[in-house]
Amino acid sequence: MTEIIINNIQKNYKDKKVLKHISTKFEPGKIYGLLGRNGAGKSTLMNLISNREFPTSGEMTINGETVTENEKSQAHIYLSSEKNYFSKDFKVKKIFKSAESFYGEFDWDLATKMIDRFGLDINSKIGGLSTGYNSITKLIIALCLPVDFIFLDEPILGLDANHRDLFYEFLMETYATRPRTFVIATHIIEEMEKIFEHIILIKNGEIIDDGDVEDLLNSSVMLEGDSEKIAAIEDNFNVFYKHSFTGISKLYVKNKVDEAQLPEGISVNKLNLQEYFVGRTN
Amino acid sequence: MYFKFDERTPLYLQIADQIESAILKGIYKKGQQIPSTTEISKEYRINPATVLKGMNILVEKNLIEKKRGLGMFVTQNSQDEILEDRQATFYQDYVLKTVEVAKELNLSLEELQELIERGYQND
Repeated sequence: MTEIIINNIQKNYKDKKVLKHISTKFEPGKIYGLLGRNGAGKSTLMNLISNREFPTSGEMTINGETVTENEKSQAHIYLSSEKNYFSKDFKVKKIFKSAESFYGEFDWDLATKMIDRFGLDINSKIGGLSTGYNSITKLIIALCLPVDFIFLDEPILGLDANHRDLFYEFLMETYATRPRTFVIATHIIEEMEKIFEHIILIKNGEIIDDGDVEDLLNSSVMLEGDSEKIAAIEDNFNVFYKHSFTGISKLYVKNKVDEAQLPEGISVNKLNLQEYFVGRTN
Repeated sequence: MYFKFDERTPLYLQIADQIESAILKGIYKKGQQIPSTTEISKEYRINPATVLKGMNILVEKNLIEKKRGLGMFVTQNSQDEILEDRQATFYQDYVLKTVEVAKELNLSLEELQELIERGYQND
């Protein structure tokens, strides 16, 4: 099966190291969350994989063949990002048709359903669309192309709550019909937690977590209790985040903890992905 | 079926638990088909791998069974087994917690018993 392997990628902008020795892989038929704070390097990594930029060093392969400047490899990959690469004067339907001619196929059945349910006017010019409908146009292209690896950079920008929910529904539907790899960079973690299977967490150009959502969330817990009691046990744990408020402290730790072995009054709580993210990237 | 999720329990366990509840309440009766992984995934916007993991717990417990090419079906003794299982864990899951809260509120055993009787009659 096809997978993308990223091996020791570096990317510098002049003296600035934007990505430092990045190694990971994207397996077939999985939904990845690519998470990180603004400027962490998420978009750069996606741009490198899709040849919008080129790495300073390192290699990326798909099926053992290089991804960089290789049309055959790129035919498997599609990146949908904030930047528009088509003329503002083009109509939406013309964009869809040109995507079809470029990639050889387009799922018009799905596109028609999405156009209808999102209420997109395909005779509008791209330049005249709101931010939300601009995102919707790009989502339709991404979901309807015949590629195995779809990278979505902030796909739900400007979408209202109803449209975001509709996108999640279509994503689950198309994923079930034709399992393929989605890599989604987003700041809307809480809403997408249930959709991700695997998380890659980038901080300052480095991958600090790379694992299944369930495993990551099982690796850590939040201890909560009286600040003095928490302070007394703090050194026994691998703490990655601490927050105190009016005499109560929360300690995020990368340990398995048995509540029975803690002093009375300290509770052990499971973290959700958003809390885990905030703790890990603060 | 109605799903309500909390954030403190792994999602796949919640899925298994909620399907169990639906079988217990008789929403899915013995021999009946339950919704597919895909249907649940789409309806609740949950990764199908997670839904499948939850379903597999129920398959291992023999509460549902897979019929090739058709889907998942409720087994013959499923409802009774879930009932027995939940009765067995009722003390651990609910009674201890209730007593703990009652003590925090300075409720005596007699007062707690009275409240339980009232709740039972009310229903």
